[in-house]
Amino acid sequence: MQLNIYPLLVAIGLCSAPLHAQTDQDALWMPAKNICGGFVYQYGSWNHYWEGKLYRENENIGTFSSHAVMAMANYGINDNLNLIVALPWVHNKVSAGTLIGQQGIQDLSAALKQYLLGRNLGKNYSLHLAGVAGISTPLSDYVADYLPLSIGMRSTNGFARLIADVVKQKWYATATASFMLRSNIKIDRTAYYTTEMNYGNVVNMPALATVQLRLGYRKSADHYIELLTEHMETIGGFDIRRNDMPFPSNNMDLLRTGINAKWGLGSSGLSLMGSGMYTLAGRNMGRSTTFSLGVVYQTDFSKKVHVQP
Amino acid sequence: MKHLNLSYFATCALLMASGCVRNDEPYRVSFPMLNPAHADTGAGSWKTILLKAPDEVAVATPTASTAADYRLELQEILARQEQKTKKDEAALEYWGAGTVLRWNEILRELVAKYNLPTVANPDGSYPIPSNNNPLAYPYFPFSNPPYAARAYAYVSAAQYDALVAATHYRQKFRRPNPSKANTSIQELIPVAGNYSYPSDDITAAGAAVALMKLLFPGEQAYLEGKLQECINTMILSGTCVRSDADAGEKLGRDVAAKFIARARTDRAGSTVGTPADWKKLEDNAIARGEIPWISQETPKRPPMLPLFGKVSGFLVDSAAMVGNRPAPPPSIHSEQFKRELAEVKAYSKSATREQFRIVHFWGDGVGTYTPPGHWNAIACEDFAKEHFSEVRWARNLALLNMSMMDAVICCWDAKFYYFNPRPSQIDPEIKTLTGLPNFPSYTSGHSTFSGAAATLLGHIIPQRAAAYNAMALEASLSRLYGAIHYRSDIETGMNMGISIGTKAVQRAQTDGAE
Repeated sequence: MQLNIYPLLVAIGLCSAPLHAQTDQDALWMPAKNICGGFVYQYGSWNHYWEGKLYRENENIGTFSSHAVMAMANYGINDNLNLIVALPWVHNKVSAGTLIGQQGIQDLSAALKQYLLGRNLGKNYSLHLAGVAGISTPLSDYVADYLPLSIGMRSTNGFARLIADVVKQKWYATATASFMLRSNIKIDRTAYYTTEMNYGNVVNMPALATVQLRLGYRKSADHYIELLTEHMETIGGFDIRRNDMPFPSNNMDLLRTGINAKWGLGSSGLSLMGSGMYTLAGRNMGRSTTFSLGVVYQTDFSKKVHVQP
Repeated sequence: MKHLNLSYFATCALLMASGCVRNDEPYRVSFPMLNPAHADTGAGSWKTILLKAPDEVAVATPTASTAADYRLELQEILARQEQKTKKDEAALEYWGAGTVLRWNEILRELVAKYNLPTVANPDGSYPIPSNNNPLAYPYFPFSNPPYAARAYAYVSAAQYDALVAATHYRQKFRRPNPSKANTSIQELIPVAGNYSYPSDDITAAGAAVALMKLLFPGEQAYLEGKLQECINTMILSGTCVRSDADAGEKLGRDVAAKFIARARTDRAGSTVGTPADWKKLEDNAIARGEIPWISQETPKRPPMLPLFGKVSGFLVDSAAMVGNRPAPPPSIHSEQFKRELAEVKAYSKSATREQFRIVHFWGDGVGTYTPPGHWNAIACEDFAKEHFSEVRWARNLALLNMSMMDAVICCWDAKFYYFNPRPSQIDPEIKTLTGLPNFPSYTSGHSTFSGAAATLLGHIIPQRAAAYNAMALEASLSRLYGAIHYRSDIETGMNMGISIGTKAVQRAQTDGAE
């Protein structure tokens, strides 16, 4: 139901830098002792959602909209290991009905991305594998049990991701598979109904699995454009009942597709980022369309020539 | 080195995956086995609610303890105890906490399951659930707060009368407990009293099932299944033989029939009203020079059970209710109204996290067991610590739930007599921290329920009286913090609730149980 089911970091393509850079989703690396930091603004909205599998609108919600600003940084610990941190501020509101909007600092996430191995496949094809492990945790005491307006789910999450990247000259294909375990959360009430009555304020949050495929063209060190498709689903969770409100432990599935692009601004160290995503299918989620725009700046503390891993 | 990295990540992923094997059982409050401090063997003379006398409903004389049939029944217990499984042990732990408690929980669960407003038709009208077709959408019932309050009251009151009758008959027939008739039989749950015919546990179950089938007609199979589980568990426990259970079930159902007859004529069936009724409420408010309530939903939804104020209550008669109807809320045109509206807006604009917590803790809105269900949950957790007998459990819950049913009747009478608007109707800039209820503002239902519940519970467990009053005040204020009620609504509602709770206390002082 929510726009950003897990920290924005995992959803948006970000930071730019010569040759390397990047988010914890892609197959690019910041070189050793380089740091890249910046801000991304994201806007998303929906006016239809899936209540279970039923696609509907709701005149007492109208259009849901979410604005977010995320601060992020990526540091090259060495040429094969990056540390990526991010922290979003989120504002959610609805255009109809009387429910008050919510805003605040969401979850801090930190991930380590390790280059694992590379193989030359012949005919100019090469394969690269990487692994990501990270955590995220709420930094403010926002309300989780107020969907769709809650700015997050309040769980502390651990996630692991495998990234496989096949490159042929300037073309590349990246496949990722992610698994996220989410801690139980505590809500403000002492009983809630899922498919049965639960007495207590603790909610088990289903795990999340995500697969993603990117196809892209990298024109030069700091210019690329890519198409991506992503399927996310919770392992378990329950459906929203007819005309009920959503709940953090709902079964939430999403299939979406979009475009990412990056423009380096010459030798200034600045890069611009942009993305657009469109939801094709879902379950207990809003059919959101999102756009993002970011600016990042990279600095090299190493004073060395970069060597691509 | 790179292979090592890969295996490192694989190991991490496995460790994380192993952590996702989770217990799928729902969260439950852990209740101890019910081990009554007093058997209340004199409860056969307690004042009943609908029964004119404890033996108004007949119970057949049991077979003698020397009869062959009875010996076979004892053998059934022994056979069950020898074959006891893990599942049986879980059932003993569950039902052993008390059948009045467990049927109250089952009722709360059904209320939460059915407490969902209907979706509008394409033409903007709303379908009305029908008890003739409960399983087709819109499901019957929509167990909103008035419906739920009445459901809790009828089930608890019927259980109470049935258990008074059961106590009367146990003392009359004096059939010894199975463990006395056959010393090989173990008592797997604590037993109060010396006699088992008819079983008090199954009497309470029979009464609950009969009423809940009326109130939740789509749940027949579920309820009968739960009843069989309850009966089988009680026989296994060694506290009753099958004929004790059968007699209890029949007694429970027969007493419930009296309450069902009352329920069919208490006017609850016509509380939805007609478009002409709704128009009249609006016209009355306009005639008084006020702005009438208008639904803030799209499309506009008819008000929730506008004629519920006409339902006949258990403690407060209609004439007294109308006579004691609260004075009007501040006029829309008054300075006081403007001040109260400004106060609501201020809370909405500057809600703290703690205020959000309070609003959501007491919200008890769509999809929940409603405010009366919340007070039942609070009561049950405290009653469990008091080691009440089953009949005293039923009596205390009956007093609590009759007071809350009467609270909602009086509250709905005021709401629809005055038909005044919610704050966000007058000032659309006021945003709410919880769902806006679809009925007029004055008086606050939460406050009325809570005033009644806290007053009665404080009488039952005096050492908790201050805590209950503090809870009631917080529940009441939650509606102001949530920006859905004015201060007049909550203060007047609380006072109404306290006066209705006092009626329940007066009954408690004279029903023979104290």
